[in-house]
Amino acid sequence: MPKDGGIGAATPRREDVRFLTGTGNYTDDINLRGQAYVYFLRSDVAHGRLNKVDTSAAEAMPGVLRVFTGEDFVEVGGIPCGWQVTDRFGQPMQEPRHPVLAHGKVRHVGDPIAAVVAETREQARDAAEAIELDIEELPAVVDMKAALVEGAPKVHDDLTSNLCYDWGFVEENKAAVDEAFQKAAHVTTLELVNNRLIANPMEPRVAVGDYNRATGDSTLYTTSQNPHVIRLLMGAFVLGIPEHKLRVVAPDVGGGFGSKIYHYAEEAFCTFAARALNRPVKWTSSRSEAFMSDAHGRDHVTKIELALDAENNFTALRTETYANMGAYLSTFAPSIPTWLHGTLMAGNYKTPLIYVNVKAVFTNTVPVDAYRGAGRPEATYQLERVIDKAARELGVDPIALRRQNFITEFPYATPVAVEYDTGDYHATMDKLEEIADLKGFAARRKESEAKGKLRGLGVNCYIEACGIAPSNLVGQLGARAGLYESATVRVNATGGITVMTGSHSHGQGHETSFAQVVADMIGIGADQVEIVHGDTANTPMGMGTYGSRSLAVGGSAMVRATEKIISKAKKIAAHLMEAAEGDIELKDGKFSVAGTDKSVAWGDVTLAAYVPHNYPLADLEPGLEETAFYDPSNFTYPSGAYACEVEVDPETGRVTIERFAAADDFGNIVNPMIVSGQVHGGIGQGIGQALLEGCAYDENGQLLTGSFMDYAMPRASDVPFFTVDHSCATPCTHNPLGVKGCGEAGAIGSPPAVVNAVVDALRSAGKDITHIDMPLTPARVWAAMQG
Amino acid sequence: MYAFEIDRPATLADAITALGAEEAQALGGGQTLIPALKQRLAAPARLVALSGVAEIKGIRTGADGALCIGGGTTHAEVAAGAGAYPALAALAARIGDPAVRNRGTIGGSLANNDPSACYPAAVLASGATVVTTNREIAADDFFEGMFTTTLEDGEIITEVRFPVPEKANYQKFEQPASRFALVGVFVAKYADGVRVAVTGASEDGVFRWSEAEAALSKDFAPGALEGLSLSGEGMISDLHGSGDYRAHLVAVMTRRAVAAAG
Repeated sequence: MPKDGGIGAATPRREDVRFLTGTGNYTDDINLRGQAYVYFLRSDVAHGRLNKVDTSAAEAMPGVLRVFTGEDFVEVGGIPCGWQVTDRFGQPMQEPRHPVLAHGKVRHVGDPIAAVVAETREQARDAAEAIELDIEELPAVVDMKAALVEGAPKVHDDLTSNLCYDWGFVEENKAAVDEAFQKAAHVTTLELVNNRLIANPMEPRVAVGDYNRATGDSTLYTTSQNPHVIRLLMGAFVLGIPEHKLRVVAPDVGGGFGSKIYHYAEEAFCTFAARALNRPVKWTSSRSEAFMSDAHGRDHVTKIELALDAENNFTALRTETYANMGAYLSTFAPSIPTWLHGTLMAGNYKTPLIYVNVKAVFTNTVPVDAYRGAGRPEATYQLERVIDKAARELGVDPIALRRQNFITEFPYATPVAVEYDTGDYHATMDKLEEIADLKGFAARRKESEAKGKLRGLGVNCYIEACGIAPSNLVGQLGARAGLYESATVRVNATGGITVMTGSHSHGQGHETSFAQVVADMIGIGADQVEIVHGDTANTPMGMGTYGSRSLAVGGSAMVRATEKIISKAKKIAAHLMEAAEGDIELKDGKFSVAGTDKSVAWGDVTLAAYVPHNYPLADLEPGLEETAFYDPSNFTYPSGAYACEVEVDPETGRVTIERFAAADDFGNIVNPMIVSGQVHGGIGQGIGQALLEGCAYDENGQLLTGSFMDYAMPRASDVPFFTVDHSCATPCTHNPLGVKGCGEAGAIGSPPAVVNAVVDALRSAGKDITHIDMPLTPARVWAAMQG
Repeated sequence: MYAFEIDRPATLADAITALGAEEAQALGGGQTLIPALKQRLAAPARLVALSGVAEIKGIRTGADGALCIGGGTTHAEVAAGAGAYPALAALAARIGDPAVRNRGTIGGSLANNDPSACYPAAVLASGATVVTTNREIAADDFFEGMFTTTLEDGEIITEVRFPVPEKANYQKFEQPASRFALVGVFVAKYADGVRVAVTGASEDGVFRWSEAEAALSKDFAPGALEGLSLSGEGMISDLHGSGDYRAHLVAVMTRRAVAAAG
């Protein structure tokens, strides 16, 4: 058993004390002296020419400090995109300018046109209503395929079309893949939609810009998953502020799910306006604004084809996907349907030939970017759906078909450019069959049928690539950033430790689990370790938290820094005990000399480091503080098998989730309670995508799901008690903790399980249904049942 | 929210006077009006809060045995206090969430007449009487279509009188996002016949399904509804369901309500 508070202990989350008692410090809790408020006037049309923005009446309204328009930002850089994708023909993607405030045209409902800064929020909003707009409404493009038709209205007049890129992967394999399809004994084809989602973290976005005229320093407080990334993008590319004059603070953040990775116009505006007005400027998004200004997720339309030989071995896979970029390129948008999606198309299977085609399209909708899972849920969904359909067409058991095609030898190089280091897909499937009690399904189906309900079982696997990512590799793939992580371990004189991490916790529990790692390495209590994050002024340059990377990359940096600490501390201990450094052992917070009873306590060594009276000053600097940057050599590859049982009410089409089981391989586990919680949350969001959530626009680009009255979020009663297991661990081979990452797995693995289960339920009633697009609302399921 | 004046009368007489002012609007529990104000979709110059008027609160039994509920009574109070009419208490217990139920009032809900609200179905199916500061209005005359009633400016609902049926049940099929009724059917069996009222479905707001009433008045059993159906024509069609789907659900929910009423 792990020691209390060490690696493997289910330590309660220390941060929950402040979160649950209302004593957190969120960005909206920050109010600076002399603070003014900004209200953004947003477009209510999806596409239009801005003929006039007359702010004169607004400027004269009470309390108004200044009204800004796109004209004020002509000299300022646009909001940058952090990833450049190269298309099938070797050309860079089309990359439009993304102004801080709309200039010339508005391109989606919610596009900010003007910003009113006033003494109070209400005054700013009142004045915004006095702005005179002349917008010439233009035809909007909403549907991706329609947007690519010759002569379609262009979202960006200066681009050649609405096509951002046409990407082929692996382009050199295309001919071989096509040939394999010609030779196939069986081909299964499926067309599906991966529905557009709105992340809706509990805390809406907030930004407070501040400027110190005496020093020339700018500070931005913001709801971000990665304050250093914002500092770099905003400072270097938008406002021209060098990093040493710009501080970005992301304090307590109430959930991100990807939507708070990106650099948003409102952040740049508040920082810019604070300097222009010499006043702190604050913006708090309303929930309504969040629906039309936070980056959305998913929104893929895909045709997938699976080729099999006469023995049911997968021989080739071919996909064609249309991926919605929205009106502008959000920070990492181009990478999601390409490198975070195409590289995962092998899944858990030894399909030898794969070709993925993705056409990324501009439309008059909110920009789309990563949302929990980011590309990997899209890959998993289409693959696991098409395998299920193939099993039905071939009349074989869907689990047996999967098992037959599992990758079983590691490391395994896929035909889509990644190398899985470890995994045991049969083990997680065995575990799933046990914890989901698949043997009992037939009896449970009978019970449901006796109540007039249809019962279905859906099983699937998933693999993800996380722990992103090797910097040199992503650089070759078009990333405009490195993806290492950093940590500074500062040992204080009396032995307590402060860890400054470049990772950012916004619900993940790092303050607890990261402390467990350092405490375990030294053998002291976790309460002796404090984790500091979220402020560029006191943490080393870090890339932040997303892509299930924090423990695998940020945790590894922390391990490396702690190793340096231990190494130096051993030198000090050797001096104190007049022993050879090589003989010093560290155990349970005590240094001892091997083979003797001599020892010194951790606190004696740390005190000596800072009060170096008896200290080898000639050979060793005083102090005990080390920094490490860790750049991973590979992605990590968590995997698992999920099972969902649903009941369908055949009279209404209503689906209820009756049982859900997840067997995950996350490698080594630091805090199993936090891991279970991450899986629960991920499955909850996956069930939300599968049954409830779907962002919808009408043909004019009006957002139909602009509030919780129409956008259905999962509630507690929409999910069952989950059965989760993460005992099937094949530790990662290339990071020091052997960890893989668990934050996104639930959201990746669960949607296909739900849809597979519903299709299974409907077929049990003799309905010839092969697919229903998500969300599987009662109305959609009922309509499908009517044939 | 735009600035507005607010009156907080303690008596019905003061409330009537206050509502006589220009552009004055009554504020019940505020569960519809306050969000509209926050969105700047409504801009009344003066609000008259009815929450302090004790005369229009509470539940009593009338001389004729009717269950009489004050217009200012909250959903939570009805859920807890309408034991004499269990189907009505159960309906109130499933409106919105606890916050809504502890603020929202029956009078406010009826005056607003949201086409997806639950109470209009109960009032219409029960043949209740809506008592106002001016008159008594039969349920069949009260509702005049989506968000429209026969109420005049300044008229306050003081009480709603529900004849207690022999058997009754309300079946709500929830819209997945708002959890308002996508379709809600209230069935009430009285000595002189059965009434069936449907909310959530029609573009004209709450309505009675007369064919089902006739069939159930002859035989109060789910089987009596066999072969009866409504057209999707004139039903609400939106993101959450087509008119045909809603028409289908009306039949399903009616059958279930009859079965549950026993």
